[in-house]
Parts: sequence; structure tokens; C-alpha cells
Amino acid sequence: MVDLLKKFEPLMARYEAMLEAGSDAIGLVNEKILSPTRGLINGKETILAGTNNYMGVTFDKACIAAGKKALDEFGTGTTGSRIANGTYGLHKELEAELAAFLDLEHCIVFSTGYAANLGMIAGVAGPKDTIYLDADSHSSIYDGCTLSGARLVRFRHNDADDLAKRLARSKDSEGGKLVVLEGIYSMMGDRAPMADFVEVKKQYGFQLMMDEAHSFGVLGPNGRGLADEAGLYEHADFVVGTFSKSVGAIGGFGAGNHPYFEAIRHHSRPYMFTASPSPASVATALEAIKLLAREPERRDRLQENSTRLFNGFKALGLEMGCDEVSPIIAVRCPDEPTTIAMWNALLDAGVYVNIALPPGTPNKICLLRCSVSTAHSNDEIDRITELFGQVVAAGHGVAKAG
Amino acid sequence: MSASSAEILGKLKELLQKFNSNNIELTETTDISTDLNIDSVAVMDFIMEVEDAYDIDIPLNVLSDTRTMSDLVKVVQKEMG
Repeated sequence: MVDLLKKFEPLMARYEAMLEAGSDAIGLVNEKILSPTRGLINGKETILAGTNNYMGVTFDKACIAAGKKALDEFGTGTTGSRIANGTYGLHKELEAELAAFLDLEHCIVFSTGYAANLGMIAGVAGPKDTIYLDADSHSSIYDGCTLSGARLVRFRHNDADDLAKRLARSKDSEGGKLVVLEGIYSMMGDRAPMADFVEVKKQYGFQLMMDEAHSFGVLGPNGRGLADEAGLYEHADFVVGTFSKSVGAIGGFGAGNHPYFEAIRHHSRPYMFTASPSPASVATALEAIKLLAREPERRDRLQENSTRLFNGFKALGLEMGCDEVSPIIAVRCPDEPTTIAMWNALLDAGVYVNIALPPGTPNKICLLRCSVSTAHSNDEIDRITELFGQVVAAGHGVAKAG
Repeated sequence: MSASSAEILGKLKELLQKFNSNNIELTETTDISTDLNIDSVAVMDFIMEVEDAYDIDIPLNVLSDTRTMSDLVKVVQKEMG
């Protein structure tokens, strides 16, 4: 008999090495969450700098009240999928609120952000179509592409010319063409050069899906994401996003103006065959979307905080994921053991950041990834910078910009 | 192997060399991922190099059935028509 799990021996050895070096970087327990920027970890109050809680809404009083009210009025769970008994008035209300926020005709809510990418990609593309995906795409995009059964062509990260070259190779192919881009890439924090891609779109013709998971609520004059910031919103045929970042809940959405958009509800498996998001999650998301709409100053504050941390790291001479400011500020580290040692040193000193290791990162890069919140105080940002400085000074060998 | 297959194999070995940090001997039976101990992203990056070398698309869909160098030679031949 072949032991099915035997193949994971090297994986578990790698994990054991991580545990021997200190805390469990990929299974860390938050014993208590004190605020959007503070938690209790290993019994110690810790600054949270790796939560994707960009808008800091998780403890907003109105959001919490809306969640409690939904629990009281609709119960703990829906116990069914959207196509059976799992569609409540709240789901429809959230879809309408999001459609208005996005200024798009149609919006579908999914149970998670992961499911939103799976459901939207497999919802619009099928086996006769071709999907062109950026090499650094999130796993949910890769998995959505696989689920769709479409022909999958990968182009070099953020390289519109490389996409054009691949489109030219298959210009006579049958079926539709879908290009998937991300507003902000989750590991390095860089934006898609959308204007370049729109030029390629005009030349070759395809439908464009923007995954605004990290940019929804964050970028653009209306908080709709990168396409909004770039002034190219009308070129995004489909917009996908999540509630687990700026919205501070769980769930995801897909939206667009296509007259047949609602067909996605009738054949997208990740929409049809999973339980719908719980009433409390939907209600808190609904309240948070309203909050994002009425408090655009949160985006300005986030930008200020991000710039403050970015400049602080620059002053330390750290090499970052990219040269542009976004709420994702990743520090490049030389190798896995050093990255793990630095991560532990930072945690022990009182700041939690994300650890990102290959193959979850592009080009075998090891990263300590910070995500900034509008709720971070200047003192917290400065403390994060100070602690990075101390850890680097302690000689853990983090890469400094040459 | 026909001359053309041998030629493709030679080119693939050349392209794979930069991913071959353990300097494994590359033959037509080499399993690209497991013998070289490289992850899925590295395999896809290597495939991109092959695509550009031959000006073809190698859809990601074929990779699950493409284990060895010999398998990849066949994919390149098919995509080249």
C-alpha cells in the first residue's frame, strides 16, 4: 500500500525546522484581538502589522451593531446555498449596495473572496475560451482558471508587451479571451500598469477581469480600486473583490454591466454549491460598505500611514517589494532561515507581520510582509519602523537596498 | 528520437539549466519537477522560457500530464504544428 501522506515528508521537515526556530509563523494564534491594530499573542500585547485590515473597520460600532442585529433577526447561519434556501433579504440588500458603490448594474455576493475568484472566472470562461493570467496571480485566480476548463496562458508579471505577444500568437483561436489582472498584487504590493494593458485590450480585444481584492476600498476617488484610480474604470468588464480586507468581514463579490451577467448565478459552481455567507457577515459587510462610502477620508489616512511606513523603511535602507507606495509593504530577506529568525525577533519585540516564502512568492523571494491600516497611529507606524531597525541592527542579515 | 526531437531536447536542457541548481544530469527521462526538486512556480517559469524560445504557447493545462523532458519535447512538437 502506498501511504498517501508519505509525499509530504519534506514539507513537514520544512515545517518542523520553522517550529524549532521559534513560534509557528504559519499557524500563529491570536489569543485576543484588542483593536484593528492590537492583539494578544503569546500572552503579550502586540502591534498587528499583517492583517489586511486596511480600513480598520473590524471594531466599528455600527458594523458590530449590524452584525448583532442580524444574529438576532436571522440566526447564526443560513444552512443553505444561494440557489436553495440561502438567499436572504440581507444578501440582496448587500448586492444592491455594492452595485451602487461600484456604479455597476449587477453584483453577486459569494461566501469568501477565494470563492468569488473561482466563481467569477469559472462563471464567465469555459473550455472553449482562453484565459491569460499574470504570472504572479493569487492562487484563487489560478484555481478559478483550472476550474473553468479554459485554455490557460500565463504572461510575465505586469508586462503588457508580453501579454500582447501571447495574444498575437493565438489571434485566430476560437472562443472568448479573458485577461485577469490584480489591482494590487498581494505579495509585493505593486499595482498592475493598467493603462498599458488597456492599450493591448484596444488592439487585440478581450474581456478584462480586475481582481481588486487588495485595492477595493483603498484606491481611487470612489474607492473602487485600481481601475478607478487609473481613470480606466469603464475598461474593466468584471470587477472582483473580497470582504475580508477593507470590509472587515468575510465573503466576496463579482460585479459588471454585461446584460447576461446574472447567468453566472445559474452555472457558477462556487456560487451554487456552497452555503451562503452568514447573516452576521453579510450585515457587517453591508454596514462597512456604507461606511467606506461616507468616510472617504479613511483612504487618505491609509495613504498617509502607508507613506510613513514606506519612508521609514527606506530610511533604514531596507529593500522592498516595489518602489511604489501601497498598503502592502514587503521587505525582502535573503533566505528562509533568516526570514524566520527575523519574523520571530519582530514578534518577540512586539510586532506581528506576515511571513511569505516560496512558492507563495514570485522568483523564490522571501518576504516579511506588512499591511498598513488606516487605524494605525503614527506612534504605531514609527514603532514598527523602529523594531525593524533594531532587528536589522541585531544582524539577522535582511537585504538592504544597494 | 528523430533529429528534430534530439534538437528540441538539447534546447530544453539548455533552458532548464538555470533552474537546475543541484546540477542533476538532464536526460529525456528526467522528471522536471521531482528530479530537479523545483516548485510549481519554477516549472511554470521554465515553461515560459520554452514558449519564448519557440514562439509558441504551452497552455498550463498540459502540465499535469507533462512530467519528463521527453513529454515536454512532444508538447513542443505538437504546439509547433
